[in-house]
Amino acid sequence: MKTTEVIVAFILTLSLLSFPSLGFQSDELLVDDEEFGLEGAPQPRSPEPIPSRSQPVTTPTRKRHSDLDSDSKIQFSLDHAFGDSDFTPAGTFSARLKTWSHGGQTLTKLRFSRNSFTDEEKEKFKNLLESDDFYRIRLPSNVLSPPGRDFIISSVKARCLPREGLDEHFVIHMEGINVLAVNYGSPGSCPYPRNLKLPAKWSFNSHTVLKNSEQAPRAPVFTEEILGGENGEGEVVPPPERSFWAKYWMYLIPLGLIVMNAITQAMNLPEEQATGQVPAQGQPSGGAMQRGPSSAVRRR
Amino acid sequence: MAIAMAIRSFLFLLLLFFSSLNPILSLYEDQVGLMDWHQQFIGKVKQAVFHTQKTGRKRVVVSTEENVIASLDLRHGEIFWRHVLATNDVIDGIDIAIGKYVITLSSGGSILRAWNLPDGQMVWESSLQGPKHSKSLLLVLTNLKVDKDNVVIVFTNGRLHAVSSIDGEVLWKKDFEAESLDVQQVIQPPGSDLVYVVGFAASSQFEMYQINARNGELLKHESAAFSGGFLGEVSLVSSETLVALDSTGSILLTISSHNGKISFQQTPISNLVGDSLGPAVITPSSVTGIFSLKVNAITIFIRVIGEGKLEVLEKTNLKTAVSDALSISEGKQAFALIQHAGSEIHLTVKPADDWDGNLLKESIKMDRQRGLVHKVFINNYIRTDRSYGFRVLIVMEDHSLLLLQQGEIVWSREDGLASIIDVTTSELPVEKDGVSVAKVEHNLFEWLKGHMLKLKGTLMLASPEDMAAIQSMRLKSSEKSKMTRDHNGFRKLLIVLTRAGKLFALHTGDGRIVWSHLLQSLHKPQACQHLIGLNLYQWQVPHHHAMDENPSVLVVGRCGPSLDAPGVLSFVDTYTGKELSSLSLAHSVAQVIPLPYTDSTEQRLHLLIDADQHAHLYPKTPEAIGIFQREFSNIYWYSVEDDNGIIKGYALKSKCTSEVADEFCFDSRELWSVVFPSESEKIIATVTRKLNEVVHTQAKVIADQDVMYKYLSRNLLFVATAAPKASGEIGSVTPEESWLVAYLIDTVTGRILHRVTHHGSQGPVHAVFSENWVVYHYFNLRAHRYEMSVIEIYDQSRADDKDVWKLVLGKHNLTSPISSYSRPEVITKSQSYFFTHSLKSIAVTSTAKGITSKQLLIGTIGDQVLALDKRFLDPRRSVNPTQAEKEEGIIPLTDSLPIIPQSYVTHALRVEGLQGIVTVPAKLESTTLVFAHGVDLFFTQLAPSRTYDSLTEDFSYALLLITIVALVAAIFVTWILSERKELQEKWR
Repeated sequence: MKTTEVIVAFILTLSLLSFPSLGFQSDELLVDDEEFGLEGAPQPRSPEPIPSRSQPVTTPTRKRHSDLDSDSKIQFSLDHAFGDSDFTPAGTFSARLKTWSHGGQTLTKLRFSRNSFTDEEKEKFKNLLESDDFYRIRLPSNVLSPPGRDFIISSVKARCLPREGLDEHFVIHMEGINVLAVNYGSPGSCPYPRNLKLPAKWSFNSHTVLKNSEQAPRAPVFTEEILGGENGEGEVVPPPERSFWAKYWMYLIPLGLIVMNAITQAMNLPEEQATGQVPAQGQPSGGAMQRGPSSAVRRR
Repeated sequence: MAIAMAIRSFLFLLLLFFSSLNPILSLYEDQVGLMDWHQQFIGKVKQAVFHTQKTGRKRVVVSTEENVIASLDLRHGEIFWRHVLATNDVIDGIDIAIGKYVITLSSGGSILRAWNLPDGQMVWESSLQGPKHSKSLLLVLTNLKVDKDNVVIVFTNGRLHAVSSIDGEVLWKKDFEAESLDVQQVIQPPGSDLVYVVGFAASSQFEMYQINARNGELLKHESAAFSGGFLGEVSLVSSETLVALDSTGSILLTISSHNGKISFQQTPISNLVGDSLGPAVITPSSVTGIFSLKVNAITIFIRVIGEGKLEVLEKTNLKTAVSDALSISEGKQAFALIQHAGSEIHLTVKPADDWDGNLLKESIKMDRQRGLVHKVFINNYIRTDRSYGFRVLIVMEDHSLLLLQQGEIVWSREDGLASIIDVTTSELPVEKDGVSVAKVEHNLFEWLKGHMLKLKGTLMLASPEDMAAIQSMRLKSSEKSKMTRDHNGFRKLLIVLTRAGKLFALHTGDGRIVWSHLLQSLHKPQACQHLIGLNLYQWQVPHHHAMDENPSVLVVGRCGPSLDAPGVLSFVDTYTGKELSSLSLAHSVAQVIPLPYTDSTEQRLHLLIDADQHAHLYPKTPEAIGIFQREFSNIYWYSVEDDNGIIKGYALKSKCTSEVADEFCFDSRELWSVVFPSESEKIIATVTRKLNEVVHTQAKVIADQDVMYKYLSRNLLFVATAAPKASGEIGSVTPEESWLVAYLIDTVTGRILHRVTHHGSQGPVHAVFSENWVVYHYFNLRAHRYEMSVIEIYDQSRADDKDVWKLVLGKHNLTSPISSYSRPEVITKSQSYFFTHSLKSIAVTSTAKGITSKQLLIGTIGDQVLALDKRFLDPRRSVNPTQAEKEEGIIPLTDSLPIIPQSYVTHALRVEGLQGIVTVPAKLESTTLVFAHGVDLFFTQLAPSRTYDSLTEDFSYALLLITIVALVAAIFVTWILSERKELQEKWR
């Protein structure tokens, strides 16, 4: 008994010791791996989604792995253009570059500082608003070695931006250190007949969101158990017995109509006869009920 | 009493009536061919071998560019048997060995097969490997008999093989790898058991190997150098003489070998032609002593007389095609020559040794729509008067195959239809007044007769002959093949564009060719050398003037294979097949965008985007410009650069700023771009919604009386990318290094609306996009199975429109226009299912109003079309659906999609080489027309939710009539009965 305990304890300590070591190669499937870094996965890309749907960007605490993952600060710039003008710097994104133990790199803690518009830029922007033209921005496609392969361009009709100030909303789609695309526009709606509206104050109110790819749901794999359960379920819950009316209403209604029709026909026939002539003795049984009241009337 | 009787009889008849309305799930055996048709083709013939033995005299074996080998009936052109090889299994050569086997060499010379000639069964197959890639040559040694066995000599991949034709065993092989030899020909001089292998080494060295065909022993090796180098192929003139061209194409070389000595003779081509105008090309032929040379448009026939002396036999600038030689008797050869002269072709059969002694000279009228003669194959037969007759098989420019005999076209096959590149449809003319009375009477009689027969059939009284008559009547019911528009919209014209650049109009009723048109404008030799037909668009669809104007289609082509080659437009009337006009464009055509605007003549506006991203508007009318200017700022498009991994969005900017003023040309500006990291993603598939798709409602009522709103944007693009490593074949990578990412991108703003990664999966991806969902098919490496995933996208911004009060008070946003610039609030639902088949193509049914539920049409690897209800690919399927969900039609969750054998649209048929499935809505909402094309064509009607809006084809009108008559009779009888009874009562 004692020896097994010792062995168990030994194994536990061993596993604890070996857990953060590089030698361990986990073959665990990388699902819901938000909290922990990817432990030795051999993938060159990082499929870890950054939980930053909403602004501000939050970074999960990774104290345990801080000795493994190195952070470094990086910056990349945002350029803008008014209509077809050339691109000029408009602001800087700063973020932490997280290097995972398996070599993947991701950005976290994205911050954005916008340069305020100069008077010249304000003038240009007003022109854009008047002509309902495009306000364009661009980002490098690789944040480590800008501009990477090409610039990521996005544009919006300038009239979509002004509200109180100038509201803008960035959704940056990342793949490791590469920027795939940026969704740029106003944070809310921009209804079609875009009306000319000058902003009250010339300051940008920026929202930024980083997005990484999501995992696809896996095809459901059915084991015998589930199938068995399903069969069992079929036996346990039989479909509720429907009432006679619910089952056969479609037959009953026309039948009822026909019967009704027949009865009214039958009622009308003897009535005509009754009013026209003296009732005969042996009327068919159909008219028998009818005759009672009619004769009563005549007696009065 | 009488009333009760009447009721009873009425109910009985009612029951009888309802029983005849029994709904059907799938096709019955006798309904095959009623609404569907299937046509078999083989494609453009590359090589034809006539069989000379007695039993096979009536047959010809052909190999085609669609990788088909087929045995055709020489009398009627029908297919005896046919095999369609895989797309990567290209046939290099065919021949016949020991009189009963067809030998084919395919897959770049690595697979040699033998097929039994009478029935096409495969006899044997051998795999031939070699050290390096090279030209593949097939040669059957007919006169070298080793125990009744013909030896097949195959040169492939730098190695010479001798294969037994009985069992496919390799008898011997010899490598030619050591030398950097480019083998041109393998020659067997008649009557010897030697084989010569000739080729070039290092482009200026002529090599000749003499090999013993019995054991592969190298007997002799000679070589000679020629400083000028060689161009292209060598042509064998006689067993000792070869002709070749030097590298400039201006000097003709005659190579002769005499007792191991190779000698060159040089003849400048200008000496032969007079003034040489350009490089010459030797046309391959195998006629002894004669070869032909093409210089520009001039064809020269030259005879070699002994020691390299050349004699010009004929010079002609007519379009000419020459057949291979045919040996007609001991040592005598003949060949066929076809020349074009206006609308006629002249066929001459000449003996090889006497140029002027024609054996046969015929003129045949040829349809201009068939174009030029591309290939000629000659065959002889013995006439009734015991003299030699000749027939030739010709392959035309439009890929059709014709047999000429006795100055007539015996039969023709429209094999261009085996390579359809685009399909569109056109309505038929509206029926005009003035149908003759006689026709009606005839029809009435026929109609009555038909119904009598049908009645007999339903009452089980029909004899087998009657049954056959009923079946044939159903099949050729003149209704369905009429040339006018029908009420249900079942009759249409399918306009198809083939790879040969020919347009065909097929009638949907029976698949016959209504008209065909070879795009002549695309064939002006000076303007356009290598025309490639690209796409078909509906140019003009008259609705208001449907009675007096004909619809037309736009054919877009390109001159040459490069993307920036100038484009060609052609406008063709779809009723007559006449070309209305054609345009040779100054710009290239990278993309054609049919705009949703039409001008007053109902011509659709088209925007053509060239390779430099300039937009060109067609038609070039001031009115079109006017319409276009109004929508100028609302026109966006995108381009996908597959190899670059970049998707870009564009909008119009201003008029072109070129020196030539062109008010129909516009500059574009780049609005957005999506750059996929080249090291981790590669675009493998992009799919959009069909432009003409109709959606009935945006709302989808779900189980708990709740409403979800579909996100119905026309500007959604589905993109699938895969790891660059994983873009190869399935199984070439491990699951860890392969992944597949699916994107939904808004093409106006470039927003990524949805992005999802499938780890351990790889392409090929086949996808279909309809309404608010996309279904895609890929391979899951972890599960070792194919999977199909569905993504449905719903609009959340309208989720609070469910309040009736808001609707009443007008506070809803249902009528406000939707702008892509608003931030989309969407949710997606997705689910994956396993699927057994691999796919060739996928499509979805489309109906006139979009009410009918949808079916996915899956082109399986077995060349069949499978219909699968979209309900099986519902992301909301769960293991235990609630009662409400079941009533909504949600199927309990399973891990794989079912394949129901009855739901094969193609029933027992196969659409060989399936390439695409096209669905066209009929006017009847329940019905959709399906056209599947590949090497074969197949057409049918489908009713995904059954024909709820019409009576089925086999509905018995006679029974209905009888029922009514019987009812009326019953009413009268009961009336009389009751009258009589009443009278009796009164008299009592």
